[in-house]
Amino acid sequence: MAGPVPGTGPVQHDGVGPAAVRLTGFGFRHASRRAWAVRDVDLRIEPGQRVLLAGASGAGKSTLLRALGGLLEPESGDVAGELTVDGAVPDRRRRPVGMVFQDPDSQLVMTRAGDDVAFGLENTGTPPALIWPAVDTALDAVGFDLGREHATAALSGGQKQRLVLAGALAPRPGLLLLDEPTAQLDPDGAALVRAAVNRAVADRSATLVVVDHDVEAWLPLVDRVVELLPGGGTVEHPSGWRPAPLRMPARRVHSPGEALLTAQAAGFAYRGAARPALAATDVALPAGRTLAVTGPNGTGKSTLALLLAGLRAPSTGRVVASPALTAGLRRPGLPPHRWPAVELANRIGTVFQQPEHQFLTGRVRDELSLGPLRSGAGAAQARATAEELLERLGLAALADANPFTLSGGQQRRLSVATALATAPRVLVLDEPTFGQDRETWAELVALLAEQQDGNRALCLVTHDAAVVTALADDVLTLGAPVPA
Amino acid sequence: MAEPAVRPSDAAQGAPRGGWRTVDIVVTAVLGVAFGVVFWAWGLLWAATGPAFGAFPPGQAFMYGVWLLPAVLAPLVVRKPGAALFAELIAGIVSALLGSAWGSLVIVYGLLQGLAGELGFAAFGWRRYSWPQALLAAALAGATAAGLDLYNYYPDWTPGWMTTYTALIVVSTVVIAGLGGMALTRALAASGALSSFASGRTRV
Amino acid sequence: MSVPLALGPARPVPLSAVNPVAQLTAIVVVTVVLLVSGDLVTPSVLLVAELALLPAAGLTRPGDVLRRTWPLLLSAAGVAWVNVAFGSLDGAEAWVSGATWALRVVALALPGILLVASTDPVRLADALTLHWRVSTRFAYGALAALRLVPLLAAEWETIRLARRARGVDGGRNPVAHVRLLASTAFGLLVGAIRRGSRLATAMDARGFDSGITRTNARGSRLRPLDAWVVAAAVAVCAVAVTASVLTGAWSPALS
Repeated sequence: MAGPVPGTGPVQHDGVGPAAVRLTGFGFRHASRRAWAVRDVDLRIEPGQRVLLAGASGAGKSTLLRALGGLLEPESGDVAGELTVDGAVPDRRRRPVGMVFQDPDSQLVMTRAGDDVAFGLENTGTPPALIWPAVDTALDAVGFDLGREHATAALSGGQKQRLVLAGALAPRPGLLLLDEPTAQLDPDGAALVRAAVNRAVADRSATLVVVDHDVEAWLPLVDRVVELLPGGGTVEHPSGWRPAPLRMPARRVHSPGEALLTAQAAGFAYRGAARPALAATDVALPAGRTLAVTGPNGTGKSTLALLLAGLRAPSTGRVVASPALTAGLRRPGLPPHRWPAVELANRIGTVFQQPEHQFLTGRVRDELSLGPLRSGAGAAQARATAEELLERLGLAALADANPFTLSGGQQRRLSVATALATAPRVLVLDEPTFGQDRETWAELVALLAEQQDGNRALCLVTHDAAVVTALADDVLTLGAPVPA
Repeated sequence: MAEPAVRPSDAAQGAPRGGWRTVDIVVTAVLGVAFGVVFWAWGLLWAATGPAFGAFPPGQAFMYGVWLLPAVLAPLVVRKPGAALFAELIAGIVSALLGSAWGSLVIVYGLLQGLAGELGFAAFGWRRYSWPQALLAAALAGATAAGLDLYNYYPDWTPGWMTTYTALIVVSTVVIAGLGGMALTRALAASGALSSFASGRTRV
Repeated sequence: MSVPLALGPARPVPLSAVNPVAQLTAIVVVTVVLLVSGDLVTPSVLLVAELALLPAAGLTRPGDVLRRTWPLLLSAAGVAWVNVAFGSLDGAEAWVSGATWALRVVALALPGILLVASTDPVRLADALTLHWRVSTRFAYGALAALRLVPLLAAEWETIRLARRARGVDGGRNPVAHVRLLASTAFGLLVGAIRRGSRLATAMDARGFDSGITRTNARGSRLRPLDAWVVAAAVAVCAVAVTASVLTGAWSPALS
């Protein structure tokens, strides 16, 4: 195998043409793992083809994309079989590869839109005179029309990701690799990014391989669907293939009980902000019912969740808890945001968008017994609660693992479980299904459906229409922000 | 299919072995930035608690170790020559920009303390990153900081106070920066955050 | 509280026209003079000159000035208080000593704040790599890390709220507060390292480690104005020291 020759001059930018990809018995094992992340993959992708790479979480989709992009470091693991792009081992020094990852904030380097698109061109030694025309071409290719001087920090998630795509396309790569590019975006942002990809690969100047949890949305854009199997190997899906429909949970609908928590004209504004993050809102959470809060970005959905969860004080109006919820409090007259944390966790459970923000211990088991221990349960009882939750959520095998090292879906289930460990009557969840694959989605929704039977009140803040269909009894749609 | 022939991946061409990879640079800088903010806050705490040591100013040196933590932590995490210097320098710059009571002098301190910390790892050829190196780096950086302080701020102290001050700083840095740096590295490795680094890799 | 290091493309203000390396040179000159001086007059004169530059850095409204300088003012107030309340001097002398130290702290740090307010960090990295031959890998790597600061500030708040949702708060126990602070900081550090690692991968995917000599699309030009700025800094320092010597206040601290 030819070794790399550092500094062999700038990459060709006159367009290398779409790349051909060949994998023969390819496998990769991360240095920190005993199991192979990918194995026995045989795959041919012809130049200009658009391939959707499907497969369950943990099937190794991201690892395979990184291998195609030449991003697996020499010391990071073991390789089996062969992988070539245009007949050679992927070499980023000689041939540009365009790659887009999930989180736009972990990809933008520069402070201005144009500078960020230029970053990759500068890295590969493009003469300055050729950079700006290439930047403009790339921005045009993705339909970014806010101008080169626009501050990257002031963009929406979808716009940021579109800019990242422009940056990946600017060096005119023969191979474009997208790793869950829409997983962290709301539906509008995701549509924006898919439209940009469609526009950019319309001329088939690059071979496209995309991995995304939302398989259905990408089907119109791709020629082939290849599924990576968890045990190794692949399956090619025939044209016209559709993913199995989402498994909807069986659930009982309960008649509304007493309102446990009520927002009365509750609104919130950050100090010094021109307009409120949440306009005055009235809403009640009755026992046995599930409320879904939906609406476009910027209408204060997450802010409303924080107010109901007793984590922020409303700056106008108030949040009132019913006597059923305040029973046992030393000062039942206080609003939820002034309750001691332990009392709050016993009454209102909250699940945040990013599960790792909520983890406090080094072991899954300790994570689950922490809540009961803090609210005064004995060690034996706390252990019993933890064991029961571990069993019910299928996390028993991971009881001694560090929560931060779990997969995304496992982390999500654990964060819901930690909120359930203190048996709160009210459960507030912010985007519980964000970026989850179909399997995890179904598991989570089933878990939440179970919670509806315990005469609990649930509040889901979500963009996910399927969750609303599956779980919601009532829907509150927050309106577009009113200009001040 | 039979067990395929396995070889270390050389499919990717990163920076040459032993050199700084991008992830080394960015994460060292991240540690520097984070500790720059910590430095600034610690400076406030230092000023606020100063009066408590009015009777015996050298006693305050027991709080000193925090200022040398990046010089030990960064090399333990990224295991590259120069990590102590880079992290400590960035931390000094950030705390100076935030507004440190010692002004831009903290940048000079950062530079010299970073170099001293570097020596602890250089003494072992930048090949080993464990307790002896961490403790040595912490002790050297602490001694350097003590020397700088005595020269800049306390040249009129009696030799007794000077000795006490130096000894306390070295003890503080060995405990907080040395032992603390090791403990922090282990906790970070356990959280899986160091999976890109040799320091965070054990087969599971 | 907002983070004064929140970096964005600075709005173009008059000071932005000065090349960052010229600003840095001026800062070094002022810093050296301030570190040597130990009197009240030198920092006062330099501080007046620095304050006169605030409008040129776009800092005209008191709110903006405060937003950028609150950590600095807090530090300065702390230093002054310690000197007045616990210094060896009494009465008026103690106040003079406190004021000297506080003014020195502000005068030392204000140039950095002017730099941050007027200079896009990308232009700073451009200038450092093009004029001072700083390694591009380290300069742009550090730039990428600095860009994470505002994100981390938002994340701190989220982690704090998430801790409360889990039933963890400090209550009235100061030890519990310290432990909570430490655990929040650790959570933030873990998040920052993860984000930094992802960012590094994305940068490599865009050829940051290609080994090819990096070009620069923006360039960084030195103009006569830059020489004048450095000369002006030297001149102001000369005026400050002269005034200090003439008033008999001059008493070098580092000798």
